Amino acid sequence: MTLMPTASSTVGPYLHIGLTPLQVNDIAKDASKGEKILITGRVFDGEGQPVPDALIEFWQANADGKYAHPEDGQDKPLDGKFTGFGRVPTDKEGRYSFATVKPGAVPGPGNSLQAPHIVVCLFMRGMLKHLYTRIYFSDETAANANDPVLALVEDAARKPTIIAERIAGKTEYRWDIRMQGEGETVFFDC
Amino acid sequence: MSQIIGYKKPAPGTQPNYLHAPYQSSIKRAPGKPLIKMAHTLSEVTGPVYGHERINPNDNDLTKQHAGEPLGERMILSGRVLDEAGRPVANTLVEIWQANACGRYPHPGDQHDAPLDPNFTGYGRTATDSEGRYRFVTIKPGAYPWRNHHNAWRPQHIHFSLFGPSFMTRLVTQMYFPGDPLLPFDPIFNCVTDQRARDSMVSKFDFETTIPEFALGYQWDIVLRGRDATHMENKK
Repeated sequence: MTLMPTASSTVGPYLHIGLTPLQVNDIAKDASKGEKILITGRVFDGEGQPVPDALIEFWQANADGKYAHPEDGQDKPLDGKFTGFGRVPTDKEGRYSFATVKPGAVPGPGNSLQAPHIVVCLFMRGMLKHLYTRIYFSDETAANANDPVLALVEDAARKPTIIAERIAGKTEYRWDIRMQGEGETVFFDC
Repeated sequence: MSQIIGYKKPAPGTQPNYLHAPYQSSIKRAPGKPLIKMAHTLSEVTGPVYGHERINPNDNDLTKQHAGEPLGERMILSGRVLDEAGRPVANTLVEIWQANACGRYPHPGDQHDAPLDPNFTGYGRTATDSEGRYRFVTIKPGAYPWRNHHNAWRPQHIHFSLFGPSFMTRLVTQMYFPGDPLLPFDPIFNCVTDQRARDSMVSKFDFETTIPEFALGYQWDIVLRGRDATHMENKK
């Protein structure tokens, strides 16, 4: 039997009713190890206007590079209650903020190692199907240079759109999402 | 490291494009550049595991979340969550949200001049059982106007959000009702070009789950992306 996957649709303008009861904007508190970090930013549409009705979901490994999921067969420890999943809406100015710990490196295709990263799933009114992208970290220059997924971004000028910028003297990274135009965020077909 | 078996890509036309000009809000929010193709890694085939532990009593009965009963036509909404091979997706979170019977959401952005119902929030959640079944008790949502074009009305619909077994099976969609006269005019429903895929968003009226003297039954099955068959061993 082969069934056709159900078609996706937009979250619409009232997404908060359905998707914020299980809002998760701080998973750093669940982690016993790793560097606690804050990721903040804004979401902009094609005219540079903030998107006040977006929702960002985050999925990441723990500080040791282990996913809390049955298909991660790596011989690495789980970290207690740390799930690796976050879900935050944008506010009126398109801002979001997510507290977590910096993920460890995880394996990539073949014998490669992926640089520390967070997988992002983006929803908003006006978007008929969610988009996937990734967050890498600006202070992981060497690991980023060898990352097999970042390497798929052929236009070097676009790579910084998925590398969160560490703010000097803080444990905070800045990462904006731009839907179109100059600095358009890299999205993945995956 | 064992080989990663990714998830299948949906057939062309069975999922909406990001840019669908008749849906005006998509014009400034669809990516301008092509997406970059990538094979799934461990990061994609894993994902948040949400199941029964998040469910409280009455989460799946939207008519019992307040002191009184909501107004409107009671309905039983049930179905199964399956993968593309027809296998049940067990113990996975299903969240829904919807307008009240008058077509109004309790949301600051909803300024439609229709009454709010103090006994209805319009949010529910449940988890599928071992056979992938889910069930909600709710009221039938009303149609409501929106400003996409002149005299634009959304057909009656219920929003669904599901996780499935990985971040790649994530699905947010809308379920519609059979025979709704607004369907042919709705740019959100019609953004899916494949008719069979479009029609699969429409629930079916169902006598089997209709409860005498209480509520009408509607059935709707949901299919999540399946594993890439070219890499799967053939067991048959």
